Amino acid sequence: MRYAFWPGCVSKGAAPELYTSMVRVAPELGIELVELYDGNCTGAGVISEHSMETADALNARNFAMAQRLDLPLMNICSTCQGVQSMAQNRMRKNSKLAEEINLTLAEEGLHYDAEAGLDVKNFLWVLVEDYGLDRLKSMIKKPLTGLKAGPFYGCYILRPEPILGFDEHPDRDKYLEFVIEALGATLITYEGQDKCCGFPILTINKQNSLTMAANHLSEAQQEGADCLVTPCPLCHLNLDAQQPDAAKYASVNGLEVPILHLPQLIGLALGISPEELRVNRHVVSSRKVLAALSS
Amino acid sequence: MQVKLKVKRFDPESGEEPYYQQYSVEMPETATVLDALIEVREYHDGSLSLRCSCRSAICGSCAMRINGRARLACKTSVRSLAEEGEEILVEPAGNMPTIKDLVADMAPFWDKVRAVKPWLQPSGPPPEREYVVPNEAMQALGEVMNCIMCGACVSDCTSLEVDKTFLGPAALAKAWRFVGDPRDAQDLSRLREYSEPSGIWDCTRCNICVQVCPKDVKPMDQILKLRAAAVHEGIRNNNGSRHTLAFVELVNANGRLDEFRLPIFTEGKFNIIGQLSYLPSAPRMIRSGKMPPVFPHKISGVKHVKRIFKQFGEREPGPAKLVSAGGH
Ligand code: SF4
Ligand code: SF4
Ligand code: FES
Repeated sequence: MRYAFWPGCVSKGAAPELYTSMVRVAPELGIELVELYDGNCTGAGVISEHSMETADALNARNFAMAQRLDLPLMNICSTCQGVQSMAQNRMRKNSKLAEEINLTLAEEGLHYDAEAGLDVKNFLWVLVEDYGLDRLKSMIKKPLTGLKAGPFYGCYILRPEPILGFDEHPDRDKYLEFVIEALGATLITYEGQDKCCGFPILTINKQNSLTMAANHLSEAQQEGADCLVTPCPLCHLNLDAQQPDAAKYASVNGLEVPILHLPQLIGLALGISPEELRVNRHVVSSRKVLAALSS
Repeated sequence: MQVKLKVKRFDPESGEEPYYQQYSVEMPETATVLDALIEVREYHDGSLSLRCSCRSAICGSCAMRINGRARLACKTSVRSLAEEGEEILVEPAGNMPTIKDLVADMAPFWDKVRAVKPWLQPSGPPPEREYVVPNEAMQALGEVMNCIMCGACVSDCTSLEVDKTFLGPAALAKAWRFVGDPRDAQDLSRLREYSEPSGIWDCTRCNICVQVCPKDVKPMDQILKLRAAAVHEGIRNNNGSRHTLAFVELVNANGRLDEFRLPIFTEGKFNIIGQLSYLPSAPRMIRSGKMPPVFPHKISGVKHVKRIFKQFGEREPGPAKLVSAGGH
């Protein structure tokens, strides 16, 4: 299995442990990643607030690189997924825009065939739809028995459903649950798992943003979660890096919920050491996870 | 078919806490959740309160939470949610007080709609005959004009969940209805008001309102149009528009986002207090090896990214009326 790989800005910036764990886990699974080193930011839904066409052109540039490789595109960020799916959708519907964008891309020898489009998939979708849960199970060296893990999706990988391919894949809002159980962990569910982490308004309305994070984390802790797992590094930033500040809005005392990136959880089940997966590189200590796994 | 309902009951006058009650009613395969609830009220339990009128997704009075998501009860077929014998969970709309059982108190909803001044404010003396408006301008408002004020979006809005002062999706969609209307002359003062705290910048862009709206109004997309219009109108003395502009500037410079600089730009380059309020997590991030690189990583193709920004980003966006951000 080969994918053009778009790691996203955050895994190359504030969440390097995501990048490290992904490139460590992929070969172990037999997935070959061809990284788009020269790819650009997808705009994270922010650039489109300024100029929709700019955001679409930026995404077309990445798509064109993947098309040139004749490979499907894999991302490791819920936000990238949503933005990429929406951009694809808009350009498919607006051939005039696509044409205009291609005029600009042509200057660096790129072309995006918007009508043909390309498969753009988060690692989570790749795992369940392309790789298969049975194959994943067959790769497990250390089942995560005893670990109580809850899902946290991130808005953009869930909504809006019609643009994210839910017609064809109606269970895309359950994949994290599937994966958690496939790895042998105990699934914890809670109300906030498909809501907003609060990150988009962190610098705009900090109190609201942290209250959102605190609500979800409190619920998960109350339900007994040892950790949450997320396919989105932006959710990770708000749930992990901001957790000590969010604690003052929490409804539980002693808030401590480690947040794992999806490839980290997979890696643990593949028997890769926690250090190699950089699970010690979070703001919230992962000791609960390691304790649950060693007991 | 046998339809099983689990309904949240609450009567403030009884002094009791809310509780759940189960009902089972025989209904035709084509029944809606509203049909089943009316069946319960008419023939099984006359004490159950709910609100409905048109029964055909027009009046907007039957919005409630069904299986955890806001929907119009009259537009939701039981078949689409449950197999024979499977239970359907019915609760009142969220983010609003409950008057009784499934009846939500819409007073805060209407207060917020009124707060955006949902009426036309033209300037000058009215024309002798009717206002003439280009077709496209009105077509562009088609989405927002479909709103039936049901409150489904408000029920499930994640921002409202943590902050009751947020104007919310329905009121802000209505706000775009007038900012986008060529006859209205108060764009600037409207956009200034909507840009204040609890306004357009407090939306988290979670897309839930887009998902639950039964009329495809896409409230979030209308909020994004208001944001774009506010930025283009030069209303930039708030963290929201600074965030957008800083983001654009950083990606233009490096081809990638630079998280280290983003909060600093967002708070204003010289707003030291603002920067510090964001930074408490910085030492923690450094300790855990997570601090974003101080020297931003530039992609080698940054000149191509700049070309894209030059080509598309510096276009005159035109008057706010015609700004069309947000659409899918
Ligand atoms: S997108 Fe904004 S307005 Fe809509 S539900 Fe989410 S926070 Fe509320
Ligand atoms: S925007 Fe949609 S969900 Fe919200 S009040 Fe209007 S019709 Fe109802
Ligand atoms: S009863 Fe009128 S919208 Fe449902």
